[in-house]
Parts: sequence; C-alpha cells; structure tokens
Amino acid sequence: MWEAIESNRRRSRVLIVLMGVVLVTLGALIGATVGAAVGTATPEHEYTYPPRRAPVPRGVSPPQQGVFAALAADPGARAGAGWGALAAGAVCLLLWGLAVGRGESVLLSAANARRIEKSDAPQLWNVVEEMTIAAGLPRMPAVYIIDDAALNAFAVGYRPERAAVAVTSGLLKRLDRDELQGVVAHEIGHIRNADARFMTLAAVMMGTIALLAELFLRGLRHVGRGRRSSSRGGGQAAAILLLITIVFAILAPLAAQLLYFSCSRRREYLADASAARFTRYPAALASALEKIERQAQPAEMYKALAPLLIVNPLSGGLTGLWSTHPPTRERIRILRSMGDAGFAAYERAYRQTTGRRACIGARTLAAADTAPLREPPPRPVAEDAAQRARQVGELLDRVGNFVVIGCACGVRLKLPPGDRQTQVTCPRCGRTHAVPAAEALAIPAAAAAAVAPRQKAPPPMRYRRRGGGWESFKCGCGNPLQVGPAFSAPALRCSKCGARIEVVPPGAA
Amino acid sequence: MTSLGIALLIVLGLVVVILLWVVGVYNGLVRLRNQVKNAWAQIDVQLKRRHDLIPNLVETVKGYAGHERGTLEAVVAARTRAVSAQGLEQQVKAEGELSQALGRLLMLVESYPDLKANQNFLALQEELSSTENRIGFARQHYNDSVMTYNTRIQTFPPNVIAGMFGFHELPFFEVDSAAERRAPQVKF
Repeated sequence: MWEAIESNRRRSRVLIVLMGVVLVTLGALIGATVGAAVGTATPEHEYTYPPRRAPVPRGVSPPQQGVFAALAADPGARAGAGWGALAAGAVCLLLWGLAVGRGESVLLSAANARRIEKSDAPQLWNVVEEMTIAAGLPRMPAVYIIDDAALNAFAVGYRPERAAVAVTSGLLKRLDRDELQGVVAHEIGHIRNADARFMTLAAVMMGTIALLAELFLRGLRHVGRGRRSSSRGGGQAAAILLLITIVFAILAPLAAQLLYFSCSRRREYLADASAARFTRYPAALASALEKIERQAQPAEMYKALAPLLIVNPLSGGLTGLWSTHPPTRERIRILRSMGDAGFAAYERAYRQTTGRRACIGARTLAAADTAPLREPPPRPVAEDAAQRARQVGELLDRVGNFVVIGCACGVRLKLPPGDRQTQVTCPRCGRTHAVPAAEALAIPAAAAAAVAPRQKAPPPMRYRRRGGGWESFKCGCGNPLQVGPAFSAPALRCSKCGARIEVVPPGAA
Repeated sequence: MTSLGIALLIVLGLVVVILLWVVGVYNGLVRLRNQVKNAWAQIDVQLKRRHDLIPNLVETVKGYAGHERGTLEAVVAARTRAVSAQGLEQQVKAEGELSQALGRLLMLVESYPDLKANQNFLALQEELSSTENRIGFARQHYNDSVMTYNTRIQTFPPNVIAGMFGFHELPFFEVDSAAERRAPQVKF
C-alpha cells in the first residue's frame, strides 16, 4: 500500500538530482567566469574604455576553436569552475544543516504557533491521535494552534519523530469534527509520506540557487565594466562565457522553482489521497476545503509558509505552473467523485477530473486495493417546513417539465425543459450524468393540463410602460410581474405561465 | 587469468548478489510482519482505553438517570465480560456486545437534557466517541497492514523466500454485525 511513497521518493530523488545539477552548473559557471576574469585581467588593472585590442598570440586558442577549448586552456577558469561548484555545494549543505537542525521551530515560531496539551483542545488532540493511529505513525506529532481567524493548517517535521501539526484557531471554530479530521488527515499524510524532508531539501537548494544567481548578477553590476574585456587570448571566450553565465543565472532560479512547484503540487494530491484512505471519508476533506476556499485572504506572514499550508493562501495570480498547490476546486472535485477510499479510486477520479495521467505510483495501483467509504454521519433531520417546501418545489419542477437528476454527491441538477444536452456534468464533483429523454419524465398531458389549464393558446400581450421607474403589472395568468428602471428588452416572459409579453417603452407609439 | 577463473568470479558475484537480495527481502518481510503485530497491539491499547473510560461514564450517567438500571448494568456487565475475555474469538464477541450496550446507553442519554448539558459528560462523550474512532482506525490500519503483508508474501518472487522461512498469511480483523461495520463513526 505504501509504494505510493516509494514512487514518490524516486521522483523526489530525480528532482533533487536535477536541482543539484542546476546548482553545481551554476556554481561552476560563476566560478569559471570569475576565474577567467581574474586570471586574464591585465596586471595593471586597466579600466580603459574602449579596450585596447591585443593581438591574439599564434597557436594559443584562437576563437574558432570554441569557447570551451579556450576556457579549458585557461587555468583561471578551470580552477574557478572547480571552486565555484564546491562553494555552491558547501553553501547548500550549510543552509540545509541549519534547516534540518532548527527548521521546525523556526517555521512554527514564524507562524506564531503555540504548542498545546490535550486539555487545551481535547477534540483537536483526539483527532490528531486518531489520525496517527490510522496512519500507523510511530509517534503522535506535537499539536500547535495558531491564533488566527483565517482557516489554514500545516505540518512540519524533518523526521516523523519530530513532526508537528499546526492549525489556526479559525479552523477549529469553523470546521465540524469530520472536516477537522479530514484536514488533520491531510497533514498527517504529509508527515507519513515524508514530504517535509524532501521539500526542505528542495527548498534549500532552490534558495541556494536563487542566492547564488542574485549575488552574481548584483556583483556584476558593481564590478563588471573594466574586466569584462580583457586584453589577452581568452578575452573573447571569456565574454561568451560571461554571457552564458548571465543567461544561466537568470534562468536557473526559474527552472528550480518550476521543478519545486511541480513536486509540491504532486505531494498535495498524494496527501489528499492519503487523507481519503485514512479517514475513509473523502467528502469531509472536500467540504473542509470548500470552507477554507471561501475564506478571505489571510495575512502576509503566510508567504514564506505557502508550500506547507493546506491550501495556498496567495492563490490570487499564482496559478498553473507557478503554484505550490493544485487548484483547490480541482482537489475538491477529485475528492467528491471518488468511488471508494482507496488509492486506485483517487487515481481514477484524478484522471477523470484533470484529464492528466498518473498521480500515484503504478505499483500501488497494481495492488488494486479497495477501501469502502464510510457512511456519512447521520445529520439532524431538516425542519418539517423546509422539507415540505422542497417537496412542493419538486412537484412544481415536474409539472414544468424540468428534468431533475440527483447526483451522488448530494447536488440536485435541474435542467429546464428546453435543454437539449445529452449529458451534464455536476458542478460540484464533476461526475457526468446522462440526461434521460424529457418525454419519459414528463407528466402525462392530461395530468399536466389539469394542473396548468391556462397553458393553451396564451393570448399575445403588451404592456406599455408609464415612466422610467419600477412598475408592476399582471400577466394574463394573474402572475404579478415587475420591470425596473434598467429594463430595456423589447419583451419578457411570464415567470409562471411562460407567455411572451411585449414591453413598449413610454415614448414609443 | 584463465577463462575458468573469470567464470568462477562471475558465478561468485551472482551468488553474492542473490544472497544480498534474499537478505533484503527477508528483512522487508520481517518489517512488515512486525508492523502487523504492532497494529494489533494498537487495537488492544484502544480497547483497554475504552474499558477504562466506562466506570467514569456510568458514574456520571447514574447521577442523572439512576433509575435506568437495566441499561447501565448491561454496560457494566458487558465491560466485565470484555475485560476477562480469553482468546480472539471470544474477545471480538465481547467487544461487539460492549459497543452495542454503549450505543444503547448513549441513545438513552438523548432524553436527559440536563445530562447532555453536563460539562463532565460532554467531555466523556468526546472521549468515548474518539475511542470508538480509534478502535475503528486501529482495526483499519491493522487490516491495511495485513493486506500489504499478505500481498507481499503471495507475489513472486518474495513468496519463495516467504515459503522458505515460514511466513504465513495473517487473518483480517473481520467485523460481524452491520452496526459494527459502520464504525469508525463520529458522534457529536
């Protein structure tokens, strides 16, 4: 069952290796550029412009032999490349050590999270403990609360033993027990899948790449001018190298971010799938995500934590490739259209909703596990008045030849009589339903006539407006209608009998 | 070096690789089996937790609904049987009965508004429903672990090693009654 982690781990290793290649290449390029510039600069440190053109010594790396041959011959560049790559690796290791050693506490204190005991929030504590059991974690993670009205949650922990789950107090207030369970299960899923570990490393590498590129580009602005064009043989080669390095320094952080974000999004999906598996009740997480999505934008302080949170707090503008999180609506639809709580069901729902392939490792799917869904808890029965109003509404819909389709997620889809679609997609969960022929559902004509006798031959009607304000009048069937000051169409239809009523503006003949 | 020597070296290398693989698979199987044992222990822990909660619950309910003797005594009796149950089959049966008795008790509480407003009782109710959840989740985790383990020892090639070292399939924790199958259930 947990090969999902294995496949994820493999993917993450690929990501880390790719990032490492980018990092080391960047370091080497910067080192080579600096080395070439220092090594080939004229001893007098000449800063004349335009530079003096020196004759290229015969036999020593004419430009036609290529940049790299020239550089390979330049000891400054060669040494620089080696030192640069080493330095990049060292900086990365240093930052990683810091992040691993102090990461959790830094993140938690950055979010103003305070650690709680069971007596502070027994329900949250219990839910975390339940999910710990469901996930089979060796130890229960520490529980933190962030005093914030916004709805969000995150999990940290370089190792499962040092993991912590933090939720905002707003989340505790607004979610019911099942929804809270879904959110906590998602976070525990992150811990179970060892997401924090890879994401910490990836984030550190991304940070190092950005740092190096930024330092280089800044340094270039300050030092650049005179040394760029040296007078010795490697001059032209060094210039080309410089150009390559600049382009790389601009592109590398972007590439690193893309890699990082794609990995991060994938892990969100996987944590959702894990949560569904732990709780056997994906609808609860879906409804929690709906509530969280509806909230107002939270405070700035979340910017640094964005990849960790359950939904992206900075969703405005950040979409697609540049987002740490998949679109929440998509996640909700996947969760709502799951047939059972197993990974295979999530994969199917994922494919159906996004049209993309493969979210979970193939070996997991081959195991073909099914996990029956939990029944939703019995909800208190709605008041009788509301129930009756709904029944009356349903009857009227049938009389009006509406086609009503009940979706498995609880939504009732109503199609107006004129609708000729053959299938319809549920806006909430994304299931598709075939539309039965309207005739089959229609009430027999005689019955319809008995209920709505006025339907035959509605007389053509006109209404002449008196002025430009709000006016009410009655349709031939007795239904009161209203037109407002903004009404400008030539006609309207009665909301009850459907008869067409021409509306004549006040000035017209 | 002669060609015979090279062939010998290759064979030796293959043997080492196969040995390493066998060790790896064996260790993996042991890890999975321990995971299953651990999951089983977790169920026991949670069942014990439920046993410990019951006297407190009964005391609290007694204060408000002391005359509902039958239901209260049924709970106490079911608990006693569950605590002293021997053997898996008997234990599963006793725990099922205890769940039903508890369900009846909590249904009874619905008709005592004072009791439902009691802070102590509310805290106990949260504990109890959480414990029911835990039992359910522990069982779920046990079954998941058993499935992983069983799948592993049935598939080729690990099944060869499982057969050699006596790894046997383990039973699932099946629940009989339809009411039990619904757990884990969250109550408010």
